[in-house]
Amino acid sequence: MSAGASRKDFVTDQEVRWCPGCGDYAILAQVQKVLPELGVPRENFVFVSGIGCSSRFPYYVNTYGVHGIHGRAPAIATGLKVSRPELSVWIVTGDGDALSIGGNHVIHLARRNLDVNVLLFNNRIYGLTKGQYSPTSEMGKQTKSTPMGSLDRPFDPLALMLGAGATFVARGIDVEAKLLQGLLRRAHAHRGTAFVEILQNCNVFNDGAFDALTDKASKSEHVLLLEHGAPLVFGAKRDRGIRLRGRTPEVIELGDGLGEADCAVHDETDSTLAWVLAHMAPPEFPTPLGVLYAVDRPRYEEGVAAQIAQAQAKGPGDLAALLRGGDTWVVS
Amino acid sequence: MLEGGASSAKRIERRESMVVRLAGDSGDGMQVTGTQLTGESARAGNDLVTLPDFPAEIRAPAGTPAGVSAFQLQFSARAVLTPGDEVDVLVAMNPAALRSNIDDLRPGGILIVDREAFTEANLRKAGYERNPLEDGTLARCQVFPVEVTRLTTAALKDLGLSAREATRCRNFFCLGLVSWLFHRPVEITEEWVRSRYAKQPQFVEANLRALRAGLAYGENTELLAVSYEVPPATIAPGTYRTVNGNTAAAIALVAAAEMADLPLFLGSYPITPASDILHELSALKRFGVVTFQAEDEIAGIGSALGAAFGGAIGVTTTSGPGLDLKAETMGLAIAIELPLVLIDIQRSGPSTGMPTKTEQADLLLALYGRHGEAPVPVLAPATPAECFSVVYDAVRFAVSYMTPVIVLSDGYLANGSEPWLVPSPEQLAPIPVTFRTDPQGFFPYLRDPGTLARPWVRPGTPGLEHRVGGLAKAPGTGNVSYAPQDNEQMVRLRADKVAGIAREYPPLEVFGPAEGDLVVLGWGSTFGAIRQAVAELQAAGRGVAHVHLRHLNPLPCDLGAVLSRYRHVLVPELNLGQLVRVVRAEYLVPAVGFAKVQGRPFKVGEIITRCERLLAGEREEAAA
Repeated sequence: MSAGASRKDFVTDQEVRWCPGCGDYAILAQVQKVLPELGVPRENFVFVSGIGCSSRFPYYVNTYGVHGIHGRAPAIATGLKVSRPELSVWIVTGDGDALSIGGNHVIHLARRNLDVNVLLFNNRIYGLTKGQYSPTSEMGKQTKSTPMGSLDRPFDPLALMLGAGATFVARGIDVEAKLLQGLLRRAHAHRGTAFVEILQNCNVFNDGAFDALTDKASKSEHVLLLEHGAPLVFGAKRDRGIRLRGRTPEVIELGDGLGEADCAVHDETDSTLAWVLAHMAPPEFPTPLGVLYAVDRPRYEEGVAAQIAQAQAKGPGDLAALLRGGDTWVVS
Repeated sequence: MLEGGASSAKRIERRESMVVRLAGDSGDGMQVTGTQLTGESARAGNDLVTLPDFPAEIRAPAGTPAGVSAFQLQFSARAVLTPGDEVDVLVAMNPAALRSNIDDLRPGGILIVDREAFTEANLRKAGYERNPLEDGTLARCQVFPVEVTRLTTAALKDLGLSAREATRCRNFFCLGLVSWLFHRPVEITEEWVRSRYAKQPQFVEANLRALRAGLAYGENTELLAVSYEVPPATIAPGTYRTVNGNTAAAIALVAAAEMADLPLFLGSYPITPASDILHELSALKRFGVVTFQAEDEIAGIGSALGAAFGGAIGVTTTSGPGLDLKAETMGLAIAIELPLVLIDIQRSGPSTGMPTKTEQADLLLALYGRHGEAPVPVLAPATPAECFSVVYDAVRFAVSYMTPVIVLSDGYLANGSEPWLVPSPEQLAPIPVTFRTDPQGFFPYLRDPGTLARPWVRPGTPGLEHRVGGLAKAPGTGNVSYAPQDNEQMVRLRADKVAGIAREYPPLEVFGPAEGDLVVLGWGSTFGAIRQAVAELQAAGRGVAHVHLRHLNPLPCDLGAVLSRYRHVLVPELNLGQLVRVVRAEYLVPAVGFAKVQGRPFKVGEIITRCERLLAGEREEAAA
């Protein structure tokens, strides 16, 4: 399968079993739209997931796929990618899967910079277990397991990934189709671990978590759309911007002596700026969407292949010699 | 060439077997010394078995019992199966080493000590109130106090080494002395020293001089009047090497991958005593081996499973605590039916336990330690060298039956070594693997009618795109299904598939009478002690047989019938009774357990005594 592939080639015959109205449907649709455009034969895609609503994803994409166990998709994907570097490997995970039970694997994946794509569906709630708070839920979240409010501070997934050494960090949202398509293409093009947080509405257990970012009337006031080389400007009338005082961001009103030239300019290769952006959150700041950070660094699987090539430069291993070992004697 | 020969003035006694134990501080190089003495003894044509015994602490406080590291070796003119119950010659480098080991020296045995190490401070650290060299407590053995430190330092004095560097060569002085005592050929050690210190020529010279000084001392001192000759054993012809269990396992994995013509992937997290397999394979990249040091035990097995999905031989290695952590991924491997080999080097537990000491208490965990109905084949090697054939078979079963397989080795097998008749690649069983490439009629859970294995498909194969996962599924299509009958059918299919592996086993070997008073049933590393004990009982006229299991799941089809032919079944295990529970449940035989959980292997004598008690009980009953 190669040229001429279309969305329907990536649809399976399995009945999709997410709740009606779930944000996952929109994400699935964008993935199925983008995959045929990437120039990769369908048989070379592998989707690997853990456990949770988002992790049912592989059943619905007509590629190779593994629906794994809770939190361990990065481990499975690592073994696969190291063994088969030519495959396009995509990890689909959620806030609980990736950041709670699988937190250890995600940070090590980023550190090693394997050339895989991570789509983290962040709905800030546990859906499949029916509504407990997640490691990205806001403090004070009242759920079945936290009737008086959650007590622990949430992770910011992007800051966590930057801290772990990720080379590509981006954020999208389920209903912004064009933005998401662009991020999927960028993630695929990036050579190294591409981490895409996708804010996703759970309409059953955490409905409206991202309304401010999706509501037509308000979203331009709450979303900072990132574009490499462009000033950090937002607002329906592009009348507000982000200025840096030293390393501290502040929202400024444009006009009245302040213009776009006073705003910070986005640079995807600036790790300090990425750190600042990853920590910008409402209510004080708009939510940055787009590519926060993208740099090139060596990939683990390439290093593995290079070492093997180096070891084999003097010729492949000799099994008979290995069996004999260094020192033998003959009994006659 | 330097011969470890004795001068004609001294007496030479001939012995059939000798048990030597070298004991010192962790930093004294006892393991190296023992390994070299092993190589020399193999070269001398003896059969041999070793027992390295070292602490978990890397550098415990010097001179304390906690830091004592020992290496025991039995070499013999006949076949030997154990490192020996009692020690004939003990070398103790300091008081702590003496105190921890003296109880195992047989009465009249030879004790060589470094006299200078018996200082007041060292005696105190070892817990001695008086110097045992002077207070008569060692009267039951032949004590040879040698000024090892002074003699070693004197031999090296013009080499410009620091006092510390010179003192570190004491172990080679002792090796020289022991080599003299047993007429060992030392050129193999000399070769080793030259290659080990190729980049530090001063240490080549230092260690060779220390070795020769030890030989010369044995030759010339009036202290030692007798040396011992242990003639070569009668061994089947062929090319031999010494091998320990972990090395045998590592090369078996490479050999199996080569024979299957597939890449080998090891995902592993360092853990004692399994790490050496990771180390060995990491040095074999010329065979295309990928070793991945994972972030934890779970990622170790997860990555191996991912590699298996990609069409590689996926392997993970661990020890007890890691086996606990890998359980969930084993369940997934069972559910998605991919080949995977898990090698568990059992160690003393629970929890961290005694990490460097041996035990067999992971059997029930390996057999049953997963939620749901999750059977896996479980194999166990009986000797260090057998780690090769058993691990090789584990790979063969894994790819033939599309199933994870557990191999239960243990600390004793992992570190113990013995001579191994080296196979040539042509002698290895073929491991044919055919990936499915035909999309016609393909479903991921179709079954091979013979093995019940599902097809293995490499991602990248056009037209065979499919998903596997841990959810219940329909037979054939593999589509997610919670239909009651689908689930039961799949559970039974997987169980039948694993059970069918027993068809591949050779008939059980019964050592001794085919029926009678007593059969001793063993598994894993207890083989040597049991076999030796049963052989001695048979020589004494007892009707005792030995059956040893390499296959713990599925059990051999003929096991029930074999066990039923004896009045007593005794199951010695280094646990509180795990296999005995299984055989009682499976075959309704009144099997009796014999437990030991001291971090040490059985002694031959312990098993003989237990068998005699069982038989005596029977005689008493008969008389009553």
